[in-house]
Amino acid sequence: MDDYSLWIAAVSIVTAGLTIAIGSIGPALAEGRAASQALAAIAQQPDASNTITRTLFVSLAMIESTAIYCFVVSMILIFANPFTEIAAQAAGG
Amino acid sequence: MQISPDQWILYEWRGLALNATVVFTWGVMALLVLISWAITARLSEGTRISRWQVMLEVVVETIRDQIADVGADRPARYLPFIGTLFLFIAASNLLAVVPGFRPPTGSLSTTVALAACVLVAVPLFAITERGLRGYLGSYVRPTVLMLPFNVIGEVSRTIALAIRLYGNVMSGTVIAGILISVAPFFFPVLMQLLGLLTGLIQAYIFAVLAMVYIASAARTRPAEAAGTPDDTETGD
Repeated sequence: MDDYSLWIAAVSIVTAGLTIAIGSIGPALAEGRAASQALAAIAQQPDASNTITRTLFVSLAMIESTAIYCFVVSMILIFANPFTEIAAQAAGG
Repeated sequence: MQISPDQWILYEWRGLALNATVVFTWGVMALLVLISWAITARLSEGTRISRWQVMLEVVVETIRDQIADVGADRPARYLPFIGTLFLFIAASNLLAVVPGFRPPTGSLSTTVALAACVLVAVPLFAITERGLRGYLGSYVRPTVLMLPFNVIGEVSRTIALAIRLYGNVMSGTVIAGILISVAPFFFPVLMQLLGLLTGLIQAYIFAVLAMVYIASAARTRPAEAAGTPDDTETGD
């Protein structure tokens, strides 16, 4: 474990934490807003609850995918970081 | 930790690696084919209907109703493609509770392949429905300036489709792995239950989004259908 790999690992871990922390703020707010609007709509028109629920699920999944992208990026940073290998090759060769 | 079943090599022969994704994909396909074959071999139209046939009828009817709800005029046309997508993704996500099974949808290769199928299916359905000129014309609507954005949108929604399914299934596996090492016995079971719900919803989302993309590309625009007098389907 040389100096560069250590730095890359440290920066990756901090960045992964920041990615998921900042990246989940927006989707959390948006999902809460979508759910509250859907509940208000169902309370006003219970007959349309089937359509509203289906649309709510689809839109929740689309909003949530923003957070999922952040999660994928942080997983790549921690478990499959391409730069650690480059640093190891540079140190070895 | 293996975050993808691609890295789990089950068998290797002269450099040809057979990884878990391929094996489990074929496993799920074989399971689906065997179940459908066993049920449809003994279909009956009389009053005595086996409970398996009832189950299959409910599944097919529900998928067809959902496709019709999204806005397709002729659901039976899209039923084979959308139904296959839904059944495959749902089966591989639900089988995640079986010990030793890694869902093939937790690998980016599988989800990219499924999303590529949707990417190809959209122009195919749209061209058979509206003709080549009508489909290509939808790219320069409302102005020619929108052409690059329409093309980018086509590609980016395919990537989003792939990453969404992959991220959801993979996150379930990774969180279960982390929880097993931190708090065994109880919490992983709860997360598995949540994973079943998420997996089913994601299969539904994938199928519905594919259908929405196909329906929006295959639908005739009101301006094109202005010549036909009593056309009520082209609204919105």
